[in-house]
Order: sequence, then C-alpha cells, then structure tokens
Amino acid sequence: MDNRQKEIENLKDYKYGFSTDIENTRAPKGLNEDVIKFISNIKKEPQWMLEFRLKAFERFKLLKEPDWQKPKYPKIDYQDLYYYSAPKSMDDKPKSLDELDPKLLETYKKLGIPLQEQARLNGIAVDAVFDSVSVATTFREELSKLGIIFCPISEAIQNHPELVKKYLGSVIPTTDHFFATLNSAVFTDGSFAYIPEGVRCPMELSTYFRINASNTGQFERTLIVADKGSYVSYLEGCTAPMRDENQLHAANVELIALDDAEIKYSTVQNWYPGDKDGKGGIYNFVTKRGLCKGKNSKISWTQVETGSAITWKYPSCILKGDNSVGEFYSIAITNNHQKADTGTKMIHLGKNTKSKIISKGISAGFSDMTYRGLVDISPKASNSNNYTQCDSLLMGNKCGAHTVPYIKNKNSESNIAHEATTSKISEEQLHYCQQRGLNAEEAVGLIVNGFCKEVLQQLPMEFAVEAQKLVGISLEGSVG
Amino acid sequence: MKEQLQKDFDNIVKNLNLSQKDIEIKKFYLDNFINKGFPNRREEDWKFSDLNQIIKKDIGELSFYSDYTHTNKVDTSVFVDGLEHNKIVFINGRIEKIDFDYEQKEKIEIIDQSENINKSNNNSLSDLNNAFTNKSFKILVKNGYQLTKPLIIYHTTNSKIWSKNINLRLEFELDKNSSLRLIDLFSDTSEKNFLNIFYNFDLKENAVLKNYKVDRFDNKNIKYSFNNIEQDKNSISETFILSAGSNFFKNEINCNLNGKYSSAFVNGIFSLNNNKHHEIRTIINHLTENTKSYQLIKSVIEDSAKAVYQGKIFVNSDAQKTDGYQLSKAILLNKDSEFNAKPELEIYADDVKCSHGSASGSLNEDSIFYLMSRGLNYQQSRELLINGFLLDVVEKITDSEIKNLIKNLIGIKE
Repeated sequence: MDNRQKEIENLKDYKYGFSTDIENTRAPKGLNEDVIKFISNIKKEPQWMLEFRLKAFERFKLLKEPDWQKPKYPKIDYQDLYYYSAPKSMDDKPKSLDELDPKLLETYKKLGIPLQEQARLNGIAVDAVFDSVSVATTFREELSKLGIIFCPISEAIQNHPELVKKYLGSVIPTTDHFFATLNSAVFTDGSFAYIPEGVRCPMELSTYFRINASNTGQFERTLIVADKGSYVSYLEGCTAPMRDENQLHAANVELIALDDAEIKYSTVQNWYPGDKDGKGGIYNFVTKRGLCKGKNSKISWTQVETGSAITWKYPSCILKGDNSVGEFYSIAITNNHQKADTGTKMIHLGKNTKSKIISKGISAGFSDMTYRGLVDISPKASNSNNYTQCDSLLMGNKCGAHTVPYIKNKNSESNIAHEATTSKISEEQLHYCQQRGLNAEEAVGLIVNGFCKEVLQQLPMEFAVEAQKLVGISLEGSVG
Repeated sequence: MKEQLQKDFDNIVKNLNLSQKDIEIKKFYLDNFINKGFPNRREEDWKFSDLNQIIKKDIGELSFYSDYTHTNKVDTSVFVDGLEHNKIVFINGRIEKIDFDYEQKEKIEIIDQSENINKSNNNSLSDLNNAFTNKSFKILVKNGYQLTKPLIIYHTTNSKIWSKNINLRLEFELDKNSSLRLIDLFSDTSEKNFLNIFYNFDLKENAVLKNYKVDRFDNKNIKYSFNNIEQDKNSISETFILSAGSNFFKNEINCNLNGKYSSAFVNGIFSLNNNKHHEIRTIINHLTENTKSYQLIKSVIEDSAKAVYQGKIFVNSDAQKTDGYQLSKAILLNKDSEFNAKPELEIYADDVKCSHGSASGSLNEDSIFYLMSRGLNYQQSRELLINGFLLDVVEKITDSEIKNLIKNLIGIKE
C-alpha cells in the first residue's frame, strides 16, 4: 500500500517533464526549399529522396490547413518553427552505444528506457528517437540474423533504397492531407522495419519518441513492411518536457501487410499534456494508416492516449486484400484542458473483410473528447463485417464527450453494427466498492480500469502494466 | 441561375403588393441565397446528399416564379376517406382551402403573417424560402383546447407546373394544455419540381403535438422539409416520417427541449426503390434537466436506392438527467442499394443516459428458410419479414386512428 501510494505521489505531476541540456544542431528557422535541402543534405540523402520531399512541398504550398475538427487551436505559424534539431554529438554518428553521449543515455535511463547493453534484459528492441534523429537502435545484430531489418529510416534510405522507394508514400501519398504532406516534405527520422517472408519476429520492436528542444516540430516517419506470412508486434511510446509553449508533432506512420502477414501496432502516447490551466502541451497531429495489401493479412491498432494538449489522429486500415482483417482498440483519456479528436477509418475494399472497433473515451475536468470514425464498405466488398463499439465515460459537467461515426454501407451482403453509449460512473458501483473499504479515488480507478479492460488486454504485457498505471495517473484529482 | 432568380423575384414582388421595408428584407435573403447557392456536399450537413447535383441532374433549369393570382380547382378525390378531419389544401404551392369545420371556431385563430421571416435555420434553403414565400399563416391553438379531429395538410401538385421551385411556410403555436394531431400528406401528379417547406412549431406548457409526414405515392419531385420544434415544460412532440414516394426527399427535424420534463419522439421509415435517394436528419437539443428523446429509424432499400440517416443528440451542460436514445436499422435488398448513417452524440453533462445503435445488412436468410420450410414461398417470406421489420416503427404511433390509416397506406396487414 505504502509503496503504491509513494509511486502515485511520484507520478502525480508529469514525471517525464524534465528537459535535457544538450547542445543542438538546428536547421535555420522556417519552412522553405532551402530548409528541406538542408535536412536532406545533413542526412546525406540520395537525389530521389530530395525529389520526394520537394514534390510534397510543392503540393503543401497549395493545401489549406483543415478546420473541421472539434478541438480548435490558435493558428500555427509554420515559419516560426525549427524543422530539424539534433544533439550535436550526433553529427558524426557514433559507431556503438559506448560512444553515445552520456547525457543521452542518462535521459533515456530517466525515462525508463534501457539502451545500454547490460540493461537490455527485457528483450525489446528499441529505436530511440531524440528530436529529429534516431540516437540508438538496440538488438540489431540479433534481428538481422533472421533477415529482419530494424533501423532508423534515414539509414534505410541509404542502405535499403529499393524497399524504401517501393513502399514509402504508398499508403500515405505525398498528395494526402495538410499535415501528412508537411511531414512528407520535412520528415527527419523515425523507424523502419522490414520482416521478411515467413518470419515471425521473436521480440517486440519499439520506438521511443522524445521531444527535447523547444520551438521544434517533430516530424517523424515510420514505415513497417511485413512480407508474406510474417508477424511483427510494434510498440511506440512518447514523452516531452514540460514547456509553456505548444509544440507540434506531426508524424506519419505507414504499415503494409502482404499476404498472410500480421502487424500489431501499439501506442502508449504520453506527450506533455499542458499544465492544469491548459498552458503548453503537445499538439499531436498524427497520420497513421495501414494497408492490408495481401490476402488474409491483418493489421491491428491499439492505442492508449493519455497525453498531449490536443490529440488529433485516426489510425486507419485499408482492407484491400480478400479476407483481410482490421482492428482498432483505443483508450483515450482527457483531463484538465486536454482535447482529443480521435477514432479510426475502416475502408473495406476486398471480399470477406472484417473489422472491429472498440473505443473507450474518458473525459474529466474541463476536457473535451470526440470519437470520429468511418466505416465504409464498398460495393465490391461482399460478405464483409464490421462491429463498432464506442463507450464514453464523463466525470463532471464541465467536460464533453462526443461520438461522430460515419457509416457507409454500399454492399447488401455486408453487415455493419454500431453501438455507442455515454454515461457516468454509476453511484451503485462506487458505493459497492467504497463499502468494501476502497476510498473514492481507488474505487474510480478500479471501475475505470474495468471499463478499459477490453482494450488493455490487447497490449503486450510490459505495456499493459504501464498503461494501466497511466490510466490511474491521468485521472488523478478528477474525483470529488 | 442568377438572372432567373432576379427575374422571378421581381415578378413575385410586383404581384405581392409589399411595403418597401418588406421588399428590402426579401431582397436581403435573395442575395444571401444567390451567394450561397443550393447546398452541396462540401457542407457537412449535405455530405451524403448533394442537393445542388441532384437538382442539376433531375430538374436542370429551375424557375422560381409561379402565378398565384388564379385559384386552382380542389380535387376532392385526394381527400382521405373514412377519417373525419380538418383540412388545409395546398395546390402547386398556393393555399386553396383552410377548413376547421370540426372545431370550435373561437379556439383556433389563423393569422396571416406573410411578412414574418423564418430564423430557425440558416442554410441557403431557408434564405430561398424567405425570399420567395408568397403567403404564410400562423395557426394558433388556444389555451386548453384539444382538437377533436386531426388536421390533414394536403400538399398536391398537378401537371400544370414543371421545373418549378415551390416555397411554403407554416407556423403553429400550441398554447398551454392544447393538442394537435397533424398529418402532412403528399400527393403529386407533377414532375421535376422542387418543394421547399418550412414549419415552425411552438409548444407551450403541457402541449402535445403529433406530426405525421406521409410521402407514400411515387413521384418525380424533389422535396425538402424542415420542422423546427420549440418545447416548453412537460410538452410532448411525436414525429413520424414515412419516406417513400418522391425521387429525393430530405426531412429535417430540429427540436429544442427548452422546458423540464419535455420529451421528443422521432420515428421514421424509409421504403425506397428504383433510384430514389432520401434522407432524414434530426437534431435533438437537450437544453435543460430531465428531458427525454427517443428515435427509431428503419429502412428497407431496394434497387439502387439510397437512404441516409443523420441523427444528433446534443446535451447541454445544464441538461442533467437526460435520457437520449437513437436506433437506426437498415435492410439492403439489392446489390446496388446503399445506406449511410451518421448517428452523433455531443454531450456536455455527466449524469446522462445516452446511447445510439446502428445496424445495416441483408435480409436474414435463416429466417427466410424458416418461413419457407413452413410452406410460404420466397416472395411471401420476404414480404412477411419486411412487414414485421417496419411494423415495429408503425406500432410506435400513439394515435390508433392514424396508425390504422398509415398501415393501410403502407399495405401492412396484421
């Protein structure tokens, strides 16, 4: 009990809110062709990559920032941001972890991410992204024995251009929406994973994103390709220091599953949410899209969204292959002045495709939460099925919970079922728990965990424990 | 279209004998409409039904002027038999008859308020309506009076008009403890016209409104109907929509539950075939404590028809103890049929019970097999299942006389 209490005490405020004092190399402020050339140059990219970026930038200039979302935010001045920031010690890439700046190692140790050899007992391969560069990727040799490529995307561009060229932008084209296009033009780093035919990846792959420098936008790009019959489980975690300003995070994540392949993508998003009065925090405007390209493929998104001032993302599945399966499990928690507009898109194109959406939203304080989703069954997707369940829990009458599902059925042989409920924690349940000796806060924690269970179960073990704790912390102070 | 609008507007104004001020007001709305044009898919509310495209495709050039100086002969054959009722008859958009024969004269007042404008909606169709409506009346049911017979409003059009836009507006005020049963019956022999109808209902304390909108008979017209309902304490509104006959029909219900313990019920049936495209959009605003709403929409869609249901439940932060429910179900009978739904919840209060459900799919083959194994043929089994599916909604009608009338119209046998 004491331990638990202490732990909660420790975590009460945002425990990842420290910043690391480290010397940075930055691109000149602003967004223009020169900055893009600068990024491309510093990453020693081939010509085709630069062209890819410039093409996206041309397109970007024509696009207008969308404004249909529920959470409104002050206008972002895209010329007032740094698009590249990297620790100086990374200018000449360190050959191994021993050469890595101790300050960086320290940072990740503080975040609970062991990068050093001796600490690597938990068997998760980590790609650590610090501002605009990937600082370390662990377990690479072991993975490469199986033919698995797991490295920063900037390395993949140089070492595996044929794969990157083939798949980059194939799910999120450079002509996509405003933020995705911006990312295509200025993305800096991120992870690349390729699982060869028939290989079942023996460990969890994971990327840990950290925004450190102020005034910086983080634009990373993740590309995961699962070749025929392969399987991979991928985890993603994020934190940022506490700052008064709002910082933009606009990542693109592309997943491609070929015949019989399966990708499981889990996110625990804990960007700095801003302080109690809603000052500061990250704008998390991310585009995540998976393509079930082959037959019998499967993509499953699981997300626990507790951080960010504004979360605005819709991890989607395009079910192109026959018999493919898309899943989306989400817990989104907003407290204080946080806002979230999140959900998914399931686009059924192939025959016998199935999708399942389970979304749990909890809002407390002055926060505002929206589930927005699309289920679209095209005329050719015969015998397809979708099941959607969105439940919202409200705590207090200063917050909001909204559900905006778009349901399109163009195929008479397909079924769509959608359910949604909104309510508060029932007095009976609270009373029952309190009667058995839990205090109000613990009782709420227990009930909320039960409410989220269906989604938490989908997470890999190590994450599930952390996520469960996060759920409790995020709601701290919202009771009574 | 702009020249046509200007020309037709000048004609209307010439014939109406309006004051300079009224002309100015109408002109203002005309300019608004010219600016905005017909709603299109870029507007969120019209995402699934692009009226601009539909008018272009089905009608082509539309004109906005009708000569209302001549009376039309009322064709009594359209009147409903076997049910005594009061009547308002519109023919080609002109009010030909207002008849409350069955009621106490002093309890009902009919007020000409053509100069009033409608402010409950700000889409471009409202502007169009304000600019072109010719005559508009307010029907006031006085304190404590409950109409003995239902009121049927006949919306008839005949082949004299073609490619015309018709704008109607009616206002109803139900004073305390009063009640009104209202049926809107559409019967058309015309083609390719666009009807734009705005109703406003003001329900005072304890008032009861039952509104049945019946679009049963096949026709090639395009219709838009907007009901705004304001509800005071303890009032009840019941709306039933049978959406079947027209080529395109969009029914919008906007209901504001302003008073405690007020409740709103919206039930609807889509029964569509051929290329028909219908939509129901509801917005129920729970603005105060202890209010209730219930919505049930069922659709049977055949051929390459398309049905759309957009339902929104809004709960204000003061509206604790709200009970909101919404269910839409659709059966798609044909490969090309399409059902789109957007059931929306927007909630700012925590002590509420709100839920929605939506399901769409094909007719259950197991059920058909069950019935066929008991001696029915395929066609009969199918009809039986569809009737049962729709009967569920018809049974929600609380007025037994009207329930029977509607059952007959749909052809549901028990």
